[in-house]
Amino acid sequence: MNLMRYQAGEYDVIVVGAGHAGCEAGLAAARLGAKTLVVTINLDMVAFMPCNPSIGGPAKGIVVREIDALGGEMGKNIDKTYIQMRMLNTGKGPAVRALRAQADKVLYQREMKKTLEQEENLTLLQGMVEELIVEDGICKGIVTQTGAEYRSKTVVLTTGTFLRGRIIIGDLSYSSGPNNQQPSIKLSEHLEKLGFELVRFKTGTPPRVNSKTIDYSKTEIQPGDEEPRAFSYETTKYITDQLPCWLTYTSSETHKIIDENLHRSPMYSGMIKGTGPRYCPSIEDKIVRFHDKPRHQIFLEPEGRNTEEVYVQGLSTSLPEDVQRRMISTIPGLENAQIMRAGYAIEYDAIVPTQLWPTLETKKVKNLYTAGQINGTSGYEEAAGQGIMAGINAARRALNKEEIILSRSDAYIGVLIDDLVTKGTNEPYRLLTSRAEYRLLLRHDNADLRLTELGYKIGLIKKERYEKFLAKKEAIENEKKRLRSIIIKPNEQTQKLIEEVGGSPLKDGIRASDLLKRPEINYEHIKMLTESEALPKEVEEQVEIQIKYEGYIEKSLQQVEKLKRMENKKIPEDIDYDAINGLATEARQKLKQVRPISVAQASRISGVNPADISILLVYLEQGRIARVSNE
Amino acid sequence: MEFDTIAAISTPMGEGAIAIVRLSGDEAVDIADRIFQSPAKKQLKDVPTHTIHYGKIIDPDTQEMVEEVMVSVMRAPKTFTREDVVEINCHGGLVTVNRVLQLVLKHGARLAEPGEFTKRAFLNGRIDLSQAEAVIDLIRAKTDKAMNVALGQMEGRLSKRIKRLRQEILETLAHVEVNIDYPEYDDVEEMTHNMLIEKASYVRDEIEKLLSTSNQGKILREGLSTVIIGRPNVGKSSLLNGLVHENKAIVTDIPGTTRDVIEEYVNVRGVPLRLIDTAGIRETEDIVEKIGVERSRQVLKEADLILFVLNYNEELSEEDKKLFEAVKGTDFIVIVNKTDLPKKIDMDEVQKLANGHPIVTTSLKEDRGIDELEQQISSLFFKGDLQADDLTYVSNTRHIALLSQAKKAVEEAIEGIEQGVPIDIVQIDLTRTWELLGEIIGDSVHESLIDQLFSQFCLGK
Repeated sequence: MNLMRYQAGEYDVIVVGAGHAGCEAGLAAARLGAKTLVVTINLDMVAFMPCNPSIGGPAKGIVVREIDALGGEMGKNIDKTYIQMRMLNTGKGPAVRALRAQADKVLYQREMKKTLEQEENLTLLQGMVEELIVEDGICKGIVTQTGAEYRSKTVVLTTGTFLRGRIIIGDLSYSSGPNNQQPSIKLSEHLEKLGFELVRFKTGTPPRVNSKTIDYSKTEIQPGDEEPRAFSYETTKYITDQLPCWLTYTSSETHKIIDENLHRSPMYSGMIKGTGPRYCPSIEDKIVRFHDKPRHQIFLEPEGRNTEEVYVQGLSTSLPEDVQRRMISTIPGLENAQIMRAGYAIEYDAIVPTQLWPTLETKKVKNLYTAGQINGTSGYEEAAGQGIMAGINAARRALNKEEIILSRSDAYIGVLIDDLVTKGTNEPYRLLTSRAEYRLLLRHDNADLRLTELGYKIGLIKKERYEKFLAKKEAIENEKKRLRSIIIKPNEQTQKLIEEVGGSPLKDGIRASDLLKRPEINYEHIKMLTESEALPKEVEEQVEIQIKYEGYIEKSLQQVEKLKRMENKKIPEDIDYDAINGLATEARQKLKQVRPISVAQASRISGVNPADISILLVYLEQGRIARVSNE
Repeated sequence: MEFDTIAAISTPMGEGAIAIVRLSGDEAVDIADRIFQSPAKKQLKDVPTHTIHYGKIIDPDTQEMVEEVMVSVMRAPKTFTREDVVEINCHGGLVTVNRVLQLVLKHGARLAEPGEFTKRAFLNGRIDLSQAEAVIDLIRAKTDKAMNVALGQMEGRLSKRIKRLRQEILETLAHVEVNIDYPEYDDVEEMTHNMLIEKASYVRDEIEKLLSTSNQGKILREGLSTVIIGRPNVGKSSLLNGLVHENKAIVTDIPGTTRDVIEEYVNVRGVPLRLIDTAGIRETEDIVEKIGVERSRQVLKEADLILFVLNYNEELSEEDKKLFEAVKGTDFIVIVNKTDLPKKIDMDEVQKLANGHPIVTTSLKEDRGIDELEQQISSLFFKGDLQADDLTYVSNTRHIALLSQAKKAVEEAIEGIEQGVPIDIVQIDLTRTWELLGEIIGDSVHESLIDQLFSQFCLGK
């Protein structure tokens, strides 16, 4: 049956999907001045959190800060809707501090939807996209289920787990998007027809239980921080009324029930074929792989202020519903807990991300971009981080501007995208701090210093915020200069303070900046000793971190210097790897597949060794000389 | 100029009395200045370009003199690579040249990759286009060869020790990482400074042990001690002369031994051989007869390699069989010499007695078979079949350089811990240590840390 098609409108950028990637992509594109359409299967599900009700955490929280520094929405939106906020890793170094918020899921969605609706240049539309309009290898729009054709200069696909989604609970399995949404079947087939290589991934979610049926007295309370915190650099209002989370554990009874029912798990019966993530294993996975562990942590996280639903973090499962019920009743505090929604596993299609350029444009189809879970990642923050970059690049292409690529030394978002497009992934990809080789540079506290400049340059950061940023930067530099020029004398006051904090007394006068480098000394002490007036908190924080870890930061910067040199050696898009003599066969294949844009990217491909890079350099230089002599 | 400074020995090993260590790059002159001392106290950075200077190479850490040298300074752009180039002319043979190279590597230079000087010459526009293909061939060919040699060594004990050490570091790193990426994970106790310093010190000690084998390793310093045995008149002297002649022996007196003991050094396809007690062999033709069975056993036991010569033209004698007994349990190669004469020896029996050890037939008189013998020696050496006492040695200059850098990195980690730097920052240096060790065995994939993380810990949130 062929539905009659009709022309429904023209846009600069069309974003398919309105999850965390789609929202950022749509907003970024619209704010950059592109006429933008955001299409989603269900308008009530904009910015929906199908899994855990939290945003941030190690690495991920830094991504949210980066999105904010670039002018994105996620940070602002969670700042308006959290029920709890905590800074993690406070006892560790500044590089790994991470903010995490528990969200009010419903509020989060509502706020984000409102922001999209109120954005000039942005049209929000409910509809199921079934096809792309592709002419001569160039994407020119979309076609929806109803036959509506929307034309555009560029398209961003952010389909999440909807592509041929299939939910599995024990023996039960049915075609579905997350949370029983309508899945997207035809688009998946269409992508295959266009020649994209797809993979099957799996993820899962735990049951939700009714708060009124939980005996919290058997659990430990986990309150939020008292100190007000925020993701966005623009946030000035803080929510003080916070809700706690609760900690409990599985018991030997839980493990016994799982053991006895393993044969009913689709993971082990072979019903699930998709690859699941190692960092977010189902409870049955944990029990099988770490059989010796007597108990596993279970966090009880409220899903919002106006709901009794509680997310049972740590109990992700695809066991049949009856087993889930029995399991729950063996967990202290949950003996009488009533399951409101059962846990499930979901399988979905993702595209192999090495088919993308670092701009997130596909190599196969020009002007088509993909972002979020469709690229093989998992996590709201990872999705949003790709979303904003895809949105920026799609809009800039539509407006005839140069592409923007973040380097691994600029941002976790740069690490994430580079990993995806250079190495690919064989499980749903999650950011971890250990994936970043320059994590001391990619801190929570300095995301603005890293990215505000760029955000302003491309037009996502407003002038007023930019000026504030410049003032902060100047204040930091001035204070650093001041501390370098002040000599602290070994007088009574100084020696007493140093003694109090357990340091060894001064023998001579010392620069304030050098004294600050001592581990037992912090900026507060220096402030006392130098009798200086108070500066904004975030300025003081920067001064302290930048001076204290100067040596290490310097070392990282030297490495970045080397990286940048290799990044500046661009590889032309039309390079013919078959014409380069001497490349090892494996290297040649990988290079042809990934088509790196720079020598730096080439050197990160596994299977391309230093000798191949040398040969590539020689070849590139040869081409350069040839071009010069032809001119 | 945008490259770091590289260095290598740019003369073939073991050939000629002079060897040159060449440096190229921005820091070439600075690095040379750090280890060079001229009698007139002049600094190389002040001398005119394209001049040569007499002086000494001093190890700044120990103030010990390493070598008397002539140093030429050539500044960019009129040099081979179009970068600043310094050439240190040494005359002390293999051992001292290596020490000079190691000193420049320790003081900031990086060991050049195969063909890298030529590559730089090209990249800096010194070589024209037609030569580019040749450069590529060079890189490929030399790399493959170097890789093969490295792999050969890697199958041995060195590689095992490095792998074990890396696994220890990896577990420590994963332990630190798990606390960072999963701050609420309650299963492992938080890594403390005390725990970390213990681990880091262990790693440093292990690297030091490995490095000390490079300094003391008798193979690098003295060559593989090699004894030629056989009955009188089987051709031992001819074999010695053949090896020496073929390989242009470096005749040198070893410090610490008496001056009249001259030993023959030969370099057989990259394997340094020290033909010991050669004078004895020359004079008496029969080591067993001369020094008695007990003593000869002792000599044989101490040797790293025995070249056991038989006569093709004679049947196996009792004495030959006794010698087979004597070499049991050592590394030996059987050489059946005089194939230019009619065959009288029973090769099947030789084969049986050799019991799996290599057998080479030669006619030293007609210069046949030496090639095959050399092949056998080098393959024994590089496959790690030789079971000499301290054969867990590090002789490859690249390995030594990487180990030194790894040691520096772990020392920086220790320093950081002592100063109370947060563990996740100290980890930067520890990760670097792990990566540098990985480069030695050609394995630096970052992903393995993440693999370790998930196999070691059961992670959820």
